[in-house]
Amino acid sequence: MLVAALTLGILAGLFGLLLGYSAIRFRIENDPVVDRIDSILPQTQCGQCGYPGCRPYAEAIAAGEAEINQCPPGGEAGIQALADLLDREPISLNDEHGTHKDKEVAIIDEKLCIGCTLCIQACPVDAILGAAKQMHTVIEAECTGCELCVEPCPVDCIYMVAVKTDISDWKWPSPDNAPAAGGYSPDLSLTTDTTR
Amino acid sequence: MTDSSFKLHPFEGGLRLAANTSISTSTPVGQVPLPARLVVPIHQHIGEPATPLVNPGDHVLKGQRIARAEGFVSVPVHAPSSGTVIEIADHPVPHPSGLSAECIVIDTDGNDECIEHTQDILPYAELDPSHLRNIVRDAGIVGLGGAGFPSFIKMNPGPASHVKMLIVNGAECEPYISCDNMLMRERPDEIIAGIPILLHALQAERCIIGIEDNKPEAIKALTGALELHKNAPIEVVVLPTLYPTGGERQLIYLLTGLEVPSQGLPADIGVVCHNPGTVAAIYRALIMHEPLISRIVTVTGKGVANPGNHEVLIGTPMSDVIKHCGGYADQADRLIMGGPMMGFALSTDAMPVIKTTNCLLVSTPDELPLPKTPLPCIRCGECQTVCPAKLLPQQLYWYAHAQDFDKIQEYDLFDCIECGCCAYVCPSHLPLVHYYRYAKTEIWTRERERIRSDVARERFEFRAERLEHDKQERAERLRNRKKALKEPAARGEDPEKAAIQAALDRVEAKKKQAPRTDSVD
Repeated sequence: MLVAALTLGILAGLFGLLLGYSAIRFRIENDPVVDRIDSILPQTQCGQCGYPGCRPYAEAIAAGEAEINQCPPGGEAGIQALADLLDREPISLNDEHGTHKDKEVAIIDEKLCIGCTLCIQACPVDAILGAAKQMHTVIEAECTGCELCVEPCPVDCIYMVAVKTDISDWKWPSPDNAPAAGGYSPDLSLTTDTTR
Repeated sequence: MTDSSFKLHPFEGGLRLAANTSISTSTPVGQVPLPARLVVPIHQHIGEPATPLVNPGDHVLKGQRIARAEGFVSVPVHAPSSGTVIEIADHPVPHPSGLSAECIVIDTDGNDECIEHTQDILPYAELDPSHLRNIVRDAGIVGLGGAGFPSFIKMNPGPASHVKMLIVNGAECEPYISCDNMLMRERPDEIIAGIPILLHALQAERCIIGIEDNKPEAIKALTGALELHKNAPIEVVVLPTLYPTGGERQLIYLLTGLEVPSQGLPADIGVVCHNPGTVAAIYRALIMHEPLISRIVTVTGKGVANPGNHEVLIGTPMSDVIKHCGGYADQADRLIMGGPMMGFALSTDAMPVIKTTNCLLVSTPDELPLPKTPLPCIRCGECQTVCPAKLLPQQLYWYAHAQDFDKIQEYDLFDCIECGCCAYVCPSHLPLVHYYRYAKTEIWTRERERIRSDVARERFEFRAERLEHDKQERAERLRNRKKALKEPAARGEDPEKAAIQAALDRVEAKKKQAPRTDSVD
């Protein structure tokens, strides 16, 4: 009886020490779930979710403080991906945080710009080039469409334009959304008219 | 010579389809007359679009380079005839999206005046292969089988691969299309003359011309042309007629028994495949110094009055081509670029013929009925039976339908050649190829967006670091200044008086260094 109790006690002690050592030796600094959530979010850094950037939102989701449907730029596809990652039910986008829009970029009307740098300070990804009293311009390739630069401008010279799709980034639409059987619209304007 | 003892390795799947080519092969290859206006897109190939070199108002000559290649995977564009450049603007181009793209529009002057070029015969066998490739690139030659990949890249075996065999793909397995057939019948000597150029460029050992057995005239013509080159390592091999024998991977397997690795290239297994039209174009570029400015187009279908094959200048409006073939017949319903299996319908004929326009098929409703409404998949497995790429179309369909783009790639979605055999046999009329195309472009778009968002994240994090760094620098400076102010107080002096005294000291020191002069020089 005593032997059994002692054996179990010593084993428990050994395992306790092992676990304690592992907790310190193999400690992970960051919660890896936050990294995985952050890699799904679109990195627009717009703040529409209510958090100052994508990483704080990712941390809030991981902590259970925020729902997965607060990101308009991510859209339904983003919510689906988050739901798959966290093994939850996908829910539709929360309209209070905004609606999903097609990709837009900001453009500065150079005739009106006064070089005040307020937009440069507002841009979360440093996509605006310029300096005090110098012309400001948006680097189109780096602009995420977050719209944070539009408000601070004192002369209202920044506006958003939709990015046009061209042949190189056109996507085939899903046949599940196709208008009718046949895919391509059969009403052709067949003509042999070659007048200019 | 024709080797009837050549061992073939039949591939799995495929379909026996009615060729329907006799309506377009009963007359010799014609010539569509010079149109009044040529609309030449700058992007008629896989890779980067070319950059225009001319401006509106410029006069150009036939064969003159009007757009230069941009980057490595790109080729230049040439003026198909002489005339004046009217504009460089977006025009509708043949593409499933129906979108427009940048085109150089030329009003022809009717003279068809050629640009001056050398008449010298190039001793290609003595030239370095890279020199040959540059000539092919400068001639704007792309794969004329329909894909439009820059041909000069497929003349480069690459440092790792050793190309043993060149295959000329004379299969032309898709119904209705007969342009390669007519080229082989009427100009076999151009093809036979182009092959040694390619063999030299690739440093390959032999060439096989594969032709389906439903083209006896073409087989006879090529075999006859080979009589004059008995010692060349070129042979014509007759293949059983089966769709899609003309698919590169299927043809290579049929002739060699070797499989091109998944998402790999034929060069990986020592084989390169070229279309006969491309080979003839290479001959014309090297020997006759002609850039690619025209091609043979099959105009066919019950919806056109006089079907046939015609040599057409690139940039010719399709409406002109159809008018030359007698115009539309009564029941004309759809205009398709390409064949009935892999082609796509166009919404208007006010579009230019481009380098990859192999066929214009004008169909009637009874000839090519509109697809029926899809029914649910009954899991019959017919699609898998006919797939020539040994894929599982049923699984690809289910995952595309469920939008599970990770799982679909595990089933080798990107090895699908979009031949349409699966959709052809599906008893539920599911638009299967449409699903696979949707999945492919969706995956590519998501990949592009992921790269963009990674860059945005890096910039955001760097900016946060930069702001933090600035804040700390400022705090540091403030601390130092506070310390500088405190020091005199610690010594028991008034800090203000000490600062004034320090400034006066500095001025004294400066005066001592540079004595003041009263005179102005």
